[in-house]
Amino acid sequence: MIRFERRLRQPGWLSVAVPVGSVIVAFGLMTLVLLATGHSPGHTFSRLLDTGFGSKVAINETFVSATPLLFTGLCAAVAFRMQLFNIGGEGQLYAGAILGAAAGIALGNHSGWLSVPAMIVAGAVGGAALALVPAILRAFLSTNEIITSLMLNYVAALVINYLIFDSQSYWRDTSSPTAKVFPQGKNLPEAANWPLAHVGGLYLPFGLLLGVVLAAVIWVLYTRTRFGFEVQVIGDSPRAATYAGMRTRRKILAVMALSGAVAGIGGASQDGDFRHTLDPRGLTAAGYGYAGIVIAALGRYNPFAVCLIAFLLGGLQNAGFALQGVDFPSGLVGVMQGLILFCALGGELLVRYRVRLGSRGAQRAEATA
Amino acid sequence: MLVAAGGINNAVLVVVLASAVVYGTPLLYAALGELLAERAGVLNLGVEGMMLVGAVMGFWAVQRTGSLLLAIGVAAVAGGAMALIHAFLVVTLRANQIVSGLALTIFAGAAGLSSYLGNDLNLADQPAKHAFSPFLPRSWRTADVVGPVLLNQSALVYASWVCVALVAVYLSRTRPGLNLRAVGESPAAADAMGINVVAYRYVHTVVGGAFAGVGGACFSLAITPQWVDGLTSGAGWIAIALVIFAFWRPTLCLVGAYFFGAFSGIPFTFQARGILSGVPPELFQSLPYVMTVVVLVLVSSAGARRRLGAPASLGTPYVREER
Repeated sequence: MIRFERRLRQPGWLSVAVPVGSVIVAFGLMTLVLLATGHSPGHTFSRLLDTGFGSKVAINETFVSATPLLFTGLCAAVAFRMQLFNIGGEGQLYAGAILGAAAGIALGNHSGWLSVPAMIVAGAVGGAALALVPAILRAFLSTNEIITSLMLNYVAALVINYLIFDSQSYWRDTSSPTAKVFPQGKNLPEAANWPLAHVGGLYLPFGLLLGVVLAAVIWVLYTRTRFGFEVQVIGDSPRAATYAGMRTRRKILAVMALSGAVAGIGGASQDGDFRHTLDPRGLTAAGYGYAGIVIAALGRYNPFAVCLIAFLLGGLQNAGFALQGVDFPSGLVGVMQGLILFCALGGELLVRYRVRLGSRGAQRAEATA
Repeated sequence: MLVAAGGINNAVLVVVLASAVVYGTPLLYAALGELLAERAGVLNLGVEGMMLVGAVMGFWAVQRTGSLLLAIGVAAVAGGAMALIHAFLVVTLRANQIVSGLALTIFAGAAGLSSYLGNDLNLADQPAKHAFSPFLPRSWRTADVVGPVLLNQSALVYASWVCVALVAVYLSRTRPGLNLRAVGESPAAADAMGINVVAYRYVHTVVGGAFAGVGGACFSLAITPQWVDGLTSGAGWIAIALVIFAFWRPTLCLVGAYFFGAFSGIPFTFQARGILSGVPPELFQSLPYVMTVVVLVLVSSAGARRRLGAPASLGTPYVREER
């Protein structure tokens, strides 16, 4: 018989060993899935590693995939830390992309010193505005934020489609000949393209660096300020927070706005760093927001862990897209992310509990002997 | 103006009502399943993923065997298998129910296992060999109003009514049903009464998953008989909202499912009829999602005080030594 005993003290080495162990178990389970569906696991894994991390070119591509995941991962981590389950990162990223692209188009004739910061601010405003809808409903009417934030993902996806495919909006390219046949967004002016850092053969997108800086800012905010302390207290024990006179409603609004703003900057980074246009197809097909939840949970809501895991899962996603084909079906990456998350969740048990084999009676007999 | 040339059965209202029943049926199955799990105290946010896996496996079964009944069985088993993962994580391993449910949706959902299986089994772009279709006598099906709305429906619709009745009777009139409610309200008290809390939670989570699988199969075997990635487009999430809207009561699920079903059907009906063709189609397509938010707001503001009907232990693991 297996029993679980609560640990009185959580040893430090477990918080490293358990995630690593979880990933190993997840790869084991993935092997079973691949074998069950008639694929060669060794071949699949080696191609995944090679395409994700095998060369400088691969790592550059992984940076591209990791950048939006870093933002959506931070978005989820910021909110989940207060037990505020914002799963609207997907929609908030679209909202940021919409406003970011508008700022880029409008200010593109000025220098990059003006248009790039303007795009960042516009993206943050877009994401925060969308996140405030579930926040206000949760704070004042105690409406479940999980479902409302998720529903807005679908609405935001419809809005972004409408702007490019079903209207003559400000974002849509109506002049070029190809745009008459295939609806597409206006190309952002040169000055609205975000810079690219070039270090020893590696290309670091500006958005990636910005995301790492944001992670540091969030870490300071959550561990070194009164605001962060209150957020953690509300997350761990809402009742204690109320008795201590903390303003829970304001915190809900502030944390959701921050969370949405981070995802929104991720959307602006999509415009400025990579796509250079408002691209509904590409954005809605990618599923960045949902992957962000996986990343935040794996990183146990720690911003620096989110950076690392965003890079690793970015590699996985990059390889998944690059290899997609007959012997590498789409959906494999989602299955792997899910398995890793399941294993990490199950592994949490080992951090909190000690597993004992043998029945209680047997142990009592041992103790008295 | 509402009554067009085809008689009353062609009137917009009747067509919308008929589509409400069609699109409400998958919501109803999924919501009944979620209701059973939540009554046991297990919140399962993986409904969307379980529905998609049910849809893809059901479609695979019908293509392979040609038997619709078998396909429904396969969909139920597939949905139940997905729910078993969640049950193991939250009941045995005491994981956070919200995160585990989200993980299940990511694992099984539109970009996960369901898409993987659909690709691997080459199901995309296959025309369905069989699909559920209306089977009652023609003269019944063409009767005024009730014909198109209630009688011109597939067996899945009538089976869903039976399920509502069964679940309602189960919860209020049978020993296991009452035990289930005890588990959901106070697992510690139920445990003291000698009820096996762990077994109840496992069984009802898995049965709930089976219901979700059947709900998904409603899409791939009846509504749009084919397989495409993300076929359910958020129906699983609407079903979760529906359980709250129905105050955890099966009969109210029926009403709510058709209410949301109407909003899911409106974009197709209006587009086919050219009604309000000046209005962008995205506006109608966003209706089910916006209405879900609106209804949740109405329900939560009315019931914020006492969370009407929510099982008291919903979302919390039961650990005997720590009660």
